[in-house]
Amino acid sequence: MLEKLKEILVEELDVEMEAVTLEANFKEDLEADSLDMMQLVMEIEEEFEIEVETEELALILTVGDLVAYIEKKQA
Amino acid sequence: MIHAEILGIGAYAPEAVMSNVDLEKIVETSDEWIRSRTGIVNRHLSEGENTSDLGMKASLAALEDAGLEAEELDMILLATITPDHLSPSTAALVQKKIGAKHAVAMDVSAGCTGFIYLLDLARNLIASGSYEKILVIGAEVLSKHLDWTDRNTCILFGDGAGAAIIAKSERNGICDTKIYTDGDMNDLIVIPTRSVKNPFGEREAEYNALVMKGQDVFKFATKVVTKSLKEMMKAHDLTNEDIRWIVPHQANKRIIDFAASKLKMDPEKFYMNLHEYGNTSAASIPLALSEMKQKGLLAKGDKILLVGFGAGLTWGTALIQW
Repeated sequence: MLEKLKEILVEELDVEMEAVTLEANFKEDLEADSLDMMQLVMEIEEEFEIEVETEELALILTVGDLVAYIEKKQA
Repeated sequence: MIHAEILGIGAYAPEAVMSNVDLEKIVETSDEWIRSRTGIVNRHLSEGENTSDLGMKASLAALEDAGLEAEELDMILLATITPDHLSPSTAALVQKKIGAKHAVAMDVSAGCTGFIYLLDLARNLIASGSYEKILVIGAEVLSKHLDWTDRNTCILFGDGAGAAIIAKSERNGICDTKIYTDGDMNDLIVIPTRSVKNPFGEREAEYNALVMKGQDVFKFATKVVTKSLKEMMKAHDLTNEDIRWIVPHQANKRIIDFAASKLKMDPEKFYMNLHEYGNTSAASIPLALSEMKQKGLLAKGDKILLVGFGAGLTWGTALIQW
């Protein structure tokens, strides 16, 4: 899952693979704005067959947060 | 089968322009922030003209373009979410202002999809044989319903109007239209009005300005734009190459760019003028079409897709052969 997620992040946020660490903060490190995050959400929903609530998105600050969120949703 | 075509088109936007830099003096924002998140640079704002005034000017331009007199119209349909009054309809005011005394007139509320709704109605009313020359208008003075202290919304919208004459024709100019509504998400974009207050009861809720859940709207918009365009092309056996132009509702460049990439379509085919006008709701599509015609971008036979999305939620597409 992590590998696939990284691919999506590199593609959608136009960042280098090396920048996508679990600690990377979407806003600070990956320079993602609110609409980038929505694009990301749509790709993730399609890829991992989950539904992401927009309200919950505010709590996802880092790549690690997103990984944990997807794992929880898929469980 | 009776066909319909666009006989003429016209638009009007108020002269006064508010740039992003002007907005920096009103709310805490920046030109760079607005440009990168929306693509908007300017918006035109009314200096006192109301929706029917804008609608009148666009209608007169459309009549001139079609070479018709107002008395020849048998119907006026006006899409707006910012009417002059709750009643009477803004369409009735336009009827008087242009002197279309033989036209029955009414408003339609369908958010930013308003113009596509009107095309669908006009096409079907003409096909029914009951009407022959219908004036359809998208007109908005959104600035009167904005909270000018809310930087999330006041930067997005502008005032304007666009109109078209839809007429009975031998030619299948408006080939197809499809419109949709999903009331489940009615709270994503709202302009509230007065609350209930009478001798028996009172329900809290003061009049408030336009509110919008931007992120959810982005998600909804990109999904329906992609899906409805795909469906329309599939229904008519059309490929990306067959389409000369896509004229989307001018809400946000990011929505349009994302939809273009999802459709694997050349972004250059998506006409945009939102940098100059911002989001003018029901007016945006005819405002864009009129500008395209003036610039000489529309050639006879061009296949054009129109796509709208907005409050309701509503969305819809139209396939036009120019």
